[in-house]
Amino acid sequence: MFDIDLWREIFQSINKNRLRTLLSGFTVLFAIMLFTILFGIANGLQNTFTEAFADDATNAIFINSGTTTKAYKGMQAGRRIQFDNEDYNYIKDDSGNNIEFMTARIYKNVNASFRNENDSYSVRAVHPDHQFLEKTLMDEGRYINQRDVDEKTKVIVIGSKVEEDLFLKTKALGKYLNLSGIQYKIVGIFSDEGNESEERLIYMPVSTAQQVYGNNDYVDQINLGYNREMNFDQAISFSNSLTKKLKDRFSVAPADQRAVRVRNMAEASKNVNQMTTVLGIIVLIIGMGTLIAGIVGISNIMIFIVKERTKEIGIRKALGASPNSIISIILVESILITAIAGYIGLLIGMGILEIVGPGMKEYFITDPGVSMSLVMSATITLVLAGALAGYLPAKKASKIKPIVALRND
Amino acid sequence: MLKINQLHKSYPIGDSSLHVLKGIDLSVDSGEMVAIMGSSGSGKSTLLNIIGMLDEADSGDYILDGVPIKNLNEKKAAIYRNKFLGFIFQSFNLINYKNALENVALPLYYQGLKRKERQEKGKFHLKKVGLLDWAHHLPSELSGGQKQRIAIARALAADPKLLLADEPTGALDTTTSYEIMEFLQQLNDEGKTILIVTHEEDIAEMCKRIVRLKDGVIMEDKKVNQVRASQYV
Repeated sequence: MFDIDLWREIFQSINKNRLRTLLSGFTVLFAIMLFTILFGIANGLQNTFTEAFADDATNAIFINSGTTTKAYKGMQAGRRIQFDNEDYNYIKDDSGNNIEFMTARIYKNVNASFRNENDSYSVRAVHPDHQFLEKTLMDEGRYINQRDVDEKTKVIVIGSKVEEDLFLKTKALGKYLNLSGIQYKIVGIFSDEGNESEERLIYMPVSTAQQVYGNNDYVDQINLGYNREMNFDQAISFSNSLTKKLKDRFSVAPADQRAVRVRNMAEASKNVNQMTTVLGIIVLIIGMGTLIAGIVGISNIMIFIVKERTKEIGIRKALGASPNSIISIILVESILITAIAGYIGLLIGMGILEIVGPGMKEYFITDPGVSMSLVMSATITLVLAGALAGYLPAKKASKIKPIVALRND
Repeated sequence: MLKINQLHKSYPIGDSSLHVLKGIDLSVDSGEMVAIMGSSGSGKSTLLNIIGMLDEADSGDYILDGVPIKNLNEKKAAIYRNKFLGFIFQSFNLINYKNALENVALPLYYQGLKRKERQEKGKFHLKKVGLLDWAHHLPSELSGGQKQRIAIARALAADPKLLLADEPTGALDTTTSYEIMEFLQQLNDEGKTILIVTHEEDIAEMCKRIVRLKDGVIMEDKKVNQVRASQYV
């Protein structure tokens, strides 16, 4: 039922009582605006955290070697531990079903040149499984495969930045790149979800690197992904037992922290999950707080408005206004103001996030934003709160005898 | 027109209650102009409020234009007030953010009239009180006498059977008071029934009948020779 006269009355009342309108409007506007901005920033923080760890597989375990710090079993401290292919195979056989993927890593620095362009890059010599560890995304071609490792082929996979830097505008796939004097065929171009420096890497088969650089079977690092069916505690105990076995194998003191280092990402990702949960709770509390402050504010104003209008209500009643018409005139006015002000607050809040958002990355805030449904429900909550806060006193005012209302000066 | 029988009303004051009206019998015929007089606390305003359905009696009968006014719910009371009664208050009680015409047309809004009709009727009544030129002025831009005349136009707008005036000249100076009284007399001459609560003797003399209240009972009820206000203006 659309009653043009009711709306005319309401618009007149809104228009002629600007201060009142502004007061209630601003309360809702600021509440929604703050709500939007706070939620957006919190979401941005959360995005930063998830993004920082989205780069690598969350079930990864990194195994590094170093020098011993404690004398053990008749051996001096300061002995250097070097992993080789045998260690790699030992871990692989020993772990069996407990691992999802596994790769060794050898680090080398090379000077790469193609025609007149040249620059120095880091090379990682790896097994095919390395792709899962780093979540490497293939743009073109293929990754290192088992045949490359078996046959020690001279192939490389380069990051998209390497292609950009050395090949300028031309295609790199299929071409030969000179790495410190040896020609390698480019079989794939990759990109990475992580930062740009990941895309300046060059991958080659682990066996090729062993043959070309030093003719040995050393590996610098052994990385694996534990079976995802394991829960957190199982994953931790798996890596702990692995550490123990490796220390035994290399006759390293159990308390030696340097010689064999096993880093399990399960711990880190558990921390991140906890962090995001805590952050989510903080955000919820802040959001609720803002909303409650807004509700209290609009409620106060509505009570004040009804009090201020008591005399007017008395006059209207004396002239024949029914209680329902009194209630509707107050309620529709408050709903109208809160809804419009809430919407404007939402737009301003989202606008601010939109403008400031991209520049906030260095403050650990990535893509701050809020879901429309969330802000809409916040606005609706405020509108309903305002309506309820207006309804109760309006109902009371509509019930008081006109004579009492008229006496109210 | 109006018949009241053994009307009682008391107000609670703390634990005890104050008996304001102690059995009022009053009947007013159509076309009468009655002044209800009494010192403050005599119950005259309470009586007017009950007649105006702004307040309810504790016991007793009240029949207005053949309709018994009893146990009305708010909605019904609103309809009756709109249909039967026009109010004039001491403090005018105009809505301050509405202009003169809008104030006058407000009772018509509650009668459910169309906007155009409301405007026309409103203008007609403004013309009647001689303030058509002031139709678009806010109450704050008007003098006391003008405000009261706007209020009278508003009371007349719904074409009520009974005009109730509570100290209509209480906030006005003598000259303006007489102007208002002259206008009320003129309305009465045209056949409107008018009830005026006042404590001013000269205003009461301008009515056709004076009812004196004291401590909640009618002390005196007499017809008087109406003093025409026009001779003072």
